[in-house]
Amino acid sequence: MAEENDDRQFPRREFLAKVLQLPCSAAVVAVLGPLAVSAEASEDGSEASELYYGMGIQVDRCIGCGKCVEACKAENDVPREPYYFRTWVERYVIHNDGEVSVDSPLGGIRGFPPLEGESEVLRSFFVPKLCNQCDNPPCVQVCPVGATFKTVDGVVLVDSDYCIGCRYCIQACPYGARYLDPRTHTADKCTFCYHRIEQGLLPACVEVCPTGARVFGELGALASPLRRLMRMSPLQVLKPYLNTEPKVFYSKLDGEVR
Amino acid sequence: MQHLERLESAAEQISGFIYPNEIELHWGLLVVLYPYITGLVAGAFILASLEKVFKVKEVEPTYRLALLTALAFLLVAPLPLLAHLGHPERSFEIFLTPHFKSAMAMFGFVYAWYLMLVLLLEIWFEYRADLVKWGREAGPFKKLLYWLITLGSRDVSPEAVKFDDKAVHTITLIGIPSAFLLHGYVGFIFGSVKANPWWSSVLMPIVFLFSAIVSGISLVLLIYYVTTLVRRKQPDMTCLDKLASFLLYALIVDLSLEVLDFIHRLYESEESIGILSEMIVSKLYISLTIVQILIGTIGPLLILAFSRFSRLPTELKRVAYFIAALLVQVGIFSTRWNVVIGGQLFSKSLRGLTVYKLELGGIEGLFTSIGLLILPFVILYVLVKLLPPWEEDRPEASQGAAASGMTAD
Repeated sequence: MAEENDDRQFPRREFLAKVLQLPCSAAVVAVLGPLAVSAEASEDGSEASELYYGMGIQVDRCIGCGKCVEACKAENDVPREPYYFRTWVERYVIHNDGEVSVDSPLGGIRGFPPLEGESEVLRSFFVPKLCNQCDNPPCVQVCPVGATFKTVDGVVLVDSDYCIGCRYCIQACPYGARYLDPRTHTADKCTFCYHRIEQGLLPACVEVCPTGARVFGELGALASPLRRLMRMSPLQVLKPYLNTEPKVFYSKLDGEVR
Repeated sequence: MQHLERLESAAEQISGFIYPNEIELHWGLLVVLYPYITGLVAGAFILASLEKVFKVKEVEPTYRLALLTALAFLLVAPLPLLAHLGHPERSFEIFLTPHFKSAMAMFGFVYAWYLMLVLLLEIWFEYRADLVKWGREAGPFKKLLYWLITLGSRDVSPEAVKFDDKAVHTITLIGIPSAFLLHGYVGFIFGSVKANPWWSSVLMPIVFLFSAIVSGISLVLLIYYVTTLVRRKQPDMTCLDKLASFLLYALIVDLSLEVLDFIHRLYESEESIGILSEMIVSKLYISLTIVQILIGTIGPLLILAFSRFSRLPTELKRVAYFIAALLVQVGIFSTRWNVVIGGQLFSKSLRGLTVYKLELGGIEGLFTSIGLLILPFVILYVLVKLLPPWEEDRPEASQGAAASGMTAD
């Protein structure tokens, strides 16, 4: 039953994921034996190759409180200044005359000021943004030294000991998800809190979200909340025409969001 | 912190909405210099190849000068990139562990190929016989220096000189596609960024190439004109006329490509057209419409067309060429500016525009850039002292040999 929905959206990804991961996980299992199989993978009896992470964002649940932004900055030691964000929240206001205005004061970290002239507003909503952990990541493609790379579980990471700070990846990211860390002079971005998810924990932004707008999980695991979201809601990704194949999926996403 | 203050003031000048990470504009003036300088290199080399491969004899007086100019600028080309890196000390990783899917990773190889296999080799073969002869008449220090440069070679027999000529010819043949590669590649670095609608265009490498030819010819024209005046010689008017003609033709092609790109974008009218139009009429109005198109392209085009095909007195004609070439340099520089900076002034959300705050001091600042633009001329001065490109400095026999070599081809 789940397969019907998923086949429509991820045949290529799943195929790629399996092709990529099978030899890798086989190698890991061979070397490390039972230790290598993570708790998550064995819990529901699924294969290690199903460790392929994604995030779902339920736009209609986000209240723009900015707790996710705050948690992300604290958890990942992101510079406090409002020019560096691993995740941020945008507010879209669609007016009666069709005009759209967008704002994200301080990345939404302290929430949003009340709207002025509310009678003219047709509708308004919040959209949390973060690195889309693309399956076909342009940032990885352009890195001249391979300092940014995709892990076997599908997360795009930056090796800050290797990055030369050329910033080509920042130019290549269609989503504005990357910044140059002013302290290390290397590129940085959301890691899905890799240090946490490795331990079986949730990313900080997901953990603190009071409304459950963010759903994190393994794309391949049959019984995960992410999988349920995928089954129940039509999902969209940002800028699908660029063929970056994001692994951050939005439900109830408005066409105005770019 | 100065850096944060600059970001703060940039944040205040944003119009519309931009992603918060976009407030910092990442590729500044130094990255503008890079395509500008490599364009000059490629253009100067293509001009030099006109004489060797396409037998345009009129531009012969500029041949050696063009080669030395290309070398002087090529030596400086990687410096702005290096200065711009967050970790210049790790730049060698591009050579040691290149990521082959990255367009930028190829820089080191394209650059090394062009410097070592094309320019240095061609200059070596071109000057070898002359160096040997100069060495015989020079004092002990220069003698040793010339001996070192020739790598100990002493053979100036007609056969050896003929081999030199053949080698130069062959290297030039390889050099033309290499020059195209060098600068077309720079265009590809920008043209292949699909996230950026201002850059992402298949025409980008071609536009870069022709603007490179334009800038290279005009630079050599300027240097040739100024150096002949400084040496109190009469500029060769047939040579200047020919240079002006080629400059005019290249300008026409360059302008046509730019216009094609413009019309294509306007006609396709994609999602990004709104914000790009807004950018052109606001943030880029002066640097694009006024400087690049009017002052830098249409102006010199009219001056060249008029002075080339009218019966102006020679003196006046020369001045007209000089002014046109100078305007072309200004135009090409703003072309690079409009590509590099323009591509970062609008948000990838296509909802807003930001500003570029140019620093004065600091490694990414204006003064560094001015220094990096003066440096090639210093290098060129040294190169010219070491390897005089002037006709009158060539040893008698070598002139004859070169002439016979040409007719033999």
